[in-house]
Amino acid sequence: MKPAPALAEGFPDLSGMRIAREPHWFRWFSAALIVLVLAVIARAFANGQIEWSYVSRFITAKVILEGIVNTMVMAVLAMALGIVLGIVVAIMRLSPNPVLKTVAAGYTWLFRGTPLILQLLLWFNLALVFPTIGIPGLWSARAVDVMTPFLAALLGLGINQGAYTSEVMRAGMLSVDIGQYEAAQAIGMGRLRALRRIILPQAMRVVIPPLGNEFIGMVKATSLASVIQYPEVLHNAENIYYANSRVIELLIVAGLWYLLVVSILTPLQMLLERRFARGTLRVAR
Amino acid sequence: MTKPLVAIRSVSKSFGEFQALKSVSLDVRPGEVMCLIGASGSGKTTLLRCINQLAVIDSGGIWLDGELLGVREQGGRLHRLSEREIGRQRLKTGMVFQRFNLFPHKTALENITEGPLQVQRRKPDEVRAEALELLRRVGLAAKANSYPAQLSGGQQQRVAIARALAMKPMLMLFDEPTSALDPELVGEVLAVMKELAKSGMTMMVVTHELGFAREVADRVVYMDQGAIVEQGRATDVLGAPREERTKAFLSAVI
Repeated sequence: MKPAPALAEGFPDLSGMRIAREPHWFRWFSAALIVLVLAVIARAFANGQIEWSYVSRFITAKVILEGIVNTMVMAVLAMALGIVLGIVVAIMRLSPNPVLKTVAAGYTWLFRGTPLILQLLLWFNLALVFPTIGIPGLWSARAVDVMTPFLAALLGLGINQGAYTSEVMRAGMLSVDIGQYEAAQAIGMGRLRALRRIILPQAMRVVIPPLGNEFIGMVKATSLASVIQYPEVLHNAENIYYANSRVIELLIVAGLWYLLVVSILTPLQMLLERRFARGTLRVAR
Repeated sequence: MTKPLVAIRSVSKSFGEFQALKSVSLDVRPGEVMCLIGASGSGKTTLLRCINQLAVIDSGGIWLDGELLGVREQGGRLHRLSEREIGRQRLKTGMVFQRFNLFPHKTALENITEGPLQVQRRKPDEVRAEALELLRRVGLAAKANSYPAQLSGGQQQRVAIARALAMKPMLMLFDEPTSALDPELVGEVLAVMKELAKSGMTMMVVTHELGFAREVADRVVYMDQGAIVEQGRATDVLGAPREERTKAFLSAVI
């Protein structure tokens, strides 16, 4: 074997040396500045006209707790309705059938194109259009009895959510490689079975982060249902301050509850993401 | 002469302006191993996809096992079959793709059992046992519970072959099965295909592996610009081509 050629002089061996820590002066300075600003803001609120005792008294009041439960129930149900509608509409939108495609596009156009609060008011006041509703000859009822604040809020929020969710779902389905459709077809699967077994499970992985976004939006959008008398947390907080005039204190109470609920949702989303990440890790678990 | 398993008659197919197949006719006999060679864009992949009905032909007819594919003749016209009927016809063919197309959210075993369980509705125990046997046959018995992302390209392609075989097809279609593989992984996939050829499976293989074609193919078909230029025994077409275009292609490849 030939010996390795001699290396040039003047390039010392650095392998024993450590890299020195940087001082990061600017980080220390900016952190101190931010702490100062926060302290000033905190002091302003402490000295402002807020009776913090009202906040602590009402944060666990029965009416407020009932309100937050109603908020959560509505958010979950309306989101579930929105996801079901969203999947159906996304599949219609991607179907080769021009009738289904047009209907799906029309639905998205209509419910994305009008304000949510207007839709809630329309559902709630449906009785003005149809005094009685039902199936002719079988069953009928007065619309005012059927269209309770709960049902109006559920339909308003859920159907509106479906329009947005359908686009999220469609994006997810488009993100799956075309080869996956072909492989599913090659083992004899029809369109719907391929969607259910092969495409949607893969789309879910992509779709969960934006859906988490949408769900957090939904938790807060339920507050709009206060205008149609649905007893969610903001509506109940308003009812209390109509009586005791502690407006800011009760708004803070409601705000803290929204923050708490949204904080709990984030780790839940991470669990869900892990569930649908099956097969994406290169190392066996 | 034995009845052909696949009979292709005057099949044409265009993608917009581009004519991918120009009135192609061809027979494939039962048990035959046919290699389709040619430059990219010559129509060989399209021909395979038409047999599997992933592409719909514009005119002509393809018969598989005596059954007309994709359409039904009635009252002097052709009527398209339902998606369900087409799905049933597809079960007679197995397809192996250039880019494997394994289902990434399912393990190797689940990839293989998906079709027999979901489409053919067969008994889970039986399907599982057969799937494990198939994995053993492609040399991956130890990888049953691995996800595709945890397998090398060659291993993935072998799982894909097992997945296609699980449906018990009468014809296997291979669309450039080794083109997406690193050179050192090509051999293991070709070995599985050789074993399959030896077992008597009818195979149509689109490939650039002329060595494989020479060794395994009963017939080599050279295509160019959507038409069959030359076909015959591997030694003849590859060793002593008669057509100028075949000669030019072969000298460019080797």
